[in-house]
Amino acid sequence: MSEREQKKKPAPERREDVVEEEVPASSESSDKLKAEMDELLDEIDDVLETNAEDFVKSYIQKGGQ
Amino acid sequence: MAIEKILGIETEYGIVVRGSAEANPISASSLLINAYLASLGPNGGSSPQRVGWDFEDEMPGNDAREEALRLSLAPEVETHLVNAVLTNGARYYVDHAHPEFSAPECADARSALLYDRAGEEVLRRSMRASRHSLPEGEELVIYKNNSDGKGNSYGCHENYLMSRDVPFGQIVGLATSHFVSRQIFTGSGKVGAEAPGMRTDEVPFQLTQRADFFEEEVGLETTLKRPIINTRDEPHADAQLYRRLHVIAGDANMSETATLLKLGTTALLLAMLEDGDAGTPMVFSTPVPAMHAVSRDLSLDHPLDMADGRSMTALDIQWELHRRARDWADNRGLDAVGGDEVGNLVLSLWENVLSGLETDPMSLADRLDWVAKYRLFDAYRTRHDLEWSDAKLRAMDLQYHDLRPSSGLAGRVGLQTVVDPVDVERAITQPPSDTRAFFRGRCLERFADEIVAANWDSIVFDVGGSSLQRVPMMEPTKGTEEHVGRLIDESTSASDLLERLGR
Repeated sequence: MSEREQKKKPAPERREDVVEEEVPASSESSDKLKAEMDELLDEIDDVLETNAEDFVKSYIQKGGQ
Repeated sequence: MAIEKILGIETEYGIVVRGSAEANPISASSLLINAYLASLGPNGGSSPQRVGWDFEDEMPGNDAREEALRLSLAPEVETHLVNAVLTNGARYYVDHAHPEFSAPECADARSALLYDRAGEEVLRRSMRASRHSLPEGEELVIYKNNSDGKGNSYGCHENYLMSRDVPFGQIVGLATSHFVSRQIFTGSGKVGAEAPGMRTDEVPFQLTQRADFFEEEVGLETTLKRPIINTRDEPHADAQLYRRLHVIAGDANMSETATLLKLGTTALLLAMLEDGDAGTPMVFSTPVPAMHAVSRDLSLDHPLDMADGRSMTALDIQWELHRRARDWADNRGLDAVGGDEVGNLVLSLWENVLSGLETDPMSLADRLDWVAKYRLFDAYRTRHDLEWSDAKLRAMDLQYHDLRPSSGLAGRVGLQTVVDPVDVERAITQPPSDTRAFFRGRCLERFADEIVAANWDSIVFDVGGSSLQRVPMMEPTKGTEEHVGRLIDESTSASDLLERLGR
């Protein structure tokens, strides 16, 4: 573990000459993300299996490769 | 020297007959595929439904390890079930009680992604077509996942053409480090655990569908005691020159980014290996537990014990593999993996995704399946105050992979796309132009009536003579549009084509 702690940062020899194309979502947009997620949750309520328990139980597959 | 990384994906889909208590999955799969074939029209020129699969070259029991112990059970070839060849060069058939779509051979990762997507669409069309063949109230539903949540798994396999010159042991070293660590972006996500001896709720959520089912490091099996490295030695090509690396360790992905990265990064690393540029292998002390640990570690921080005494995380290993791949690309170019455009796309996506995983994994909810799933399920769980083991979340886990547009969740979470839907539409019926799949697909489109059977490396014609004529295609890079496009176009019949081919 201690060795791991030492080498955790920086990540192994990343190259610097690559332009980062995207910046991860910043906190200012987190409200927007939350609103979008709320909307999605409302939307999927209409499509989710009505009887989850039965559906999960009945989903049985034969093993394949 | 790295050879062209011809590659492809084969997917076994989950199948359910809704409205029927005692459905047989083999008959259901047959019905599904037959319904699709029938929907292509009765012998309408492009109908391949009478062309079956030719089993002449099927030898899944061959083992790549020279000293292979024959204790393992060789896989059986099922020759009696529905087994069709499509005009896009794919094989569409019933395998182990599942419908399987084996996409045609492709020349680069993006093309292989395109045909994986085309396969999804073929399954969607099959579901629609099957409605007419089922009693009122019954419906076939297809799932692009790898497990039923009860310990039964079915695969999404990748295939890569490799030079026979590379000793198999070298492939094992590199591929094991990649297959264990790439799970951080290839995982489709799963609620619960299914590994033998584990309680389902022992793991709330894990990165991959498949990790639970891997019990061996190297081996021939695909249906039990699955190995991280599968040794099936069945090149479907000139065996003196080539091997086909048959990879069973991946998840079926709904995310196009995940599929592209899974294929693209693996192709890059295998090409590097052929050039002797793969570097020192990063060897795990215990690969199988490492595979399980990576899948179950949502913090992406789990230290894995390496054989040299160090410890590394999956991310550390991926960054190192990425660095080596960049160096290889700088020194050798990207021709072996399909050229600069695709190669650079894979390299930059790979880097972006690793950066995202390092700084804020949730920022990848529009690119990676496991992140999209986790983010959605966690929000749902919080809103309804549910345990991870709740049946509602298990149901959502299945429904994420439901291919019906009306109920599938993956289509609703905002995943970015990589390929153009217009190209997907074309790939449903047209073969790739730049591998031997072109010859297979185009011959089927033009001369289906005169073809008895086809498989990966040959087509058998019946042009009315005293014997059937087999045209071998042992070289996967030949038979492209450039090689034979005009020849096929100008041929007025199969016998004319055979004559022009000098037979």
